[in-house]
Amino acid sequence: MAKTKQIKIKRSPGDQFVQILIYLFVGVFALITMLPFVYIVAGSFATERELTERAFFLFPRTISMNAYQYIFKTGDAIKGLRNSAFVTIVGVMINMTLSATLAYPLSRPYFRGRKFFTNMVIITMLFTGGMVPAYMLVANVLHLKNTFWALWLPGAINPFNMIIIKNYFQGLPVELEEAARIDGCNDAQTFIKIILPLSKPVLASVALFYAVTHWNSYFNAMMYISDSSKEVIQIVLRRIIFLTSSVANDSGFDWGSFGMPPQKAVKMATTVVATIPILLIYPFVQKYFTQGVMVGSVKG
Amino acid sequence: MSQNASPSKVSAKVGTFKHAMYAHKWLYIMIIPGVIYMIIFSYLPMGGLIMAFQDFSPYNGDTMLGAFVHSPFAGLSIFRKFFTGPDFIQVLTNTLSISIANLVFYFPAPIILALLLNEIKNVAFKKTAQTMVYIPHFISMVIVAALTAQLFSTTDGLVHHWLVGIFGRNHAPDIMSNPKLFVSMIVGQSMWKETGYGTIIFLAALSGVDVQLYEAAEVDGANRWQKMWHITLPAIRSTIVIMLILRVGTILNTGYEQIFLMQNSMNRGVSDVFDTYIYTKGVVNGNYSLATAAGLFKSLVSMIMVLGANKLAKMFGESGFY
Repeated sequence: MAKTKQIKIKRSPGDQFVQILIYLFVGVFALITMLPFVYIVAGSFATERELTERAFFLFPRTISMNAYQYIFKTGDAIKGLRNSAFVTIVGVMINMTLSATLAYPLSRPYFRGRKFFTNMVIITMLFTGGMVPAYMLVANVLHLKNTFWALWLPGAINPFNMIIIKNYFQGLPVELEEAARIDGCNDAQTFIKIILPLSKPVLASVALFYAVTHWNSYFNAMMYISDSSKEVIQIVLRRIIFLTSSVANDSGFDWGSFGMPPQKAVKMATTVVATIPILLIYPFVQKYFTQGVMVGSVKG
Repeated sequence: MSQNASPSKVSAKVGTFKHAMYAHKWLYIMIIPGVIYMIIFSYLPMGGLIMAFQDFSPYNGDTMLGAFVHSPFAGLSIFRKFFTGPDFIQVLTNTLSISIANLVFYFPAPIILALLLNEIKNVAFKKTAQTMVYIPHFISMVIVAALTAQLFSTTDGLVHHWLVGIFGRNHAPDIMSNPKLFVSMIVGQSMWKETGYGTIIFLAALSGVDVQLYEAAEVDGANRWQKMWHITLPAIRSTIVIMLILRVGTILNTGYEQIFLMQNSMNRGVSDVFDTYIYTKGVVNGNYSLATAAGLFKSLVSMIMVLGANKLAKMFGESGFY
């Protein structure tokens, strides 16, 4: 330790300068990354007048909740959030059940046919039928259009996520399983009572992977769901930002003394509302995702 | 002890498959849902690829299966139509422009950022910066599109306002609708969204480097660049190779959600890529055979690219991916 410190002091002025540049570059990059969020959050609480007058501000002069009141009153975003939450929760349960039950047999070295079934998974990672056959399967064969099943079933097993779980199962000490077997557990009981409880970290991280995927998914909902009562938040957000030209003047909403519907603020507030759930779980996500990426990067 | 503990070893000695199946019947029961799922949602669509060799129409039969059976066989004529059609060259050019721009600008960005973060010794600064740059990875493409629209809107966008300040009102670039800027916008979005998160895998590889190597190099008088060139970069070389293989394999995949969201009538000439083409032709217009042929072409090229890049990596002494 002392040795490194001594060497650091000996740094040449040129090297010091490079060091400062590195800090500056990383700092600026981090701030640029955050800028859109700051802009949107600050703007969503501002009055429409301030938004047209000032280009950029961290804190609005007058705090206005109008945009949020509007969102909650019209209810589209709330409906979207509710649908997205339902799709995500049920979707993750389906994902985890299918992925874990597939991963466990594939992780057992004594499982006959392991190679065959593993190859069956790997082939799907290298080659797919593509969008059109997949669409026809969901829409024309299984008739799942306008049901949430169209969002749950395609992609219910992500091979990469499944392999992360499989690798973790493989890394668990064999002795535990053997002990369970001596105690009279069959494979199913061992799986439920021993393996799953020991695998909480990897199960949590993969569940978060799946949850973020469901929450953020837009394309499938756009293809398969046209029933407006089943719209997810990403669809609602896209409509409000890109398609709705104006916030309804006639909604009978009291816009306060300014008397003008906060066009821009409503867009911003909707963006904030759609982002918040992800940011709320971000602290957990960050911890587990890093682990998940690590586990996933181990080949096996 | 281990003989009692592990019936699998016993069954392995007996060697009959039936016996193994009986001893581990729960494993076979457990794998059923996953296998059925893969057959229906991965392998059945592969069977659907037969449409690429047919003049397929869902009205050729009473059921979907009937339509497959009764649609006339078309040989390779669909592919001929696809390759010689008016759209192929444009779609290929657009897709490759975006992919190559991604490969040149977006691919190295996380490596550079990871190397820079690695030079930062102040733990608090590093942690804060990391927390900030990881965030965009977790937000949806719709939100990215929404943020872009709000920041670059020509009427009231913040960044557009700044650009007007720099270039003047008439020369400020309109990123949302100028076709010339489409590729830059897509690559910029990807870089904003994924550069930070992309560093994780490289930083992990870097954390495994023995600090003594750096100390020894310092004692030998190595400067910052020499240390980076001789210690840091070799440490992440195989990670870079694996990430490159994965990226090369997706060269025809441009992330259809992103392109689809940013596509508008003004930029269609440069924004039509394989994914949007397949979607428009197949799902929207119902030209199933043509869209399936395009999809099959894309899948095959992707597979060949991954396997080829993997082989190349192995030839150069890297461990490869499979």
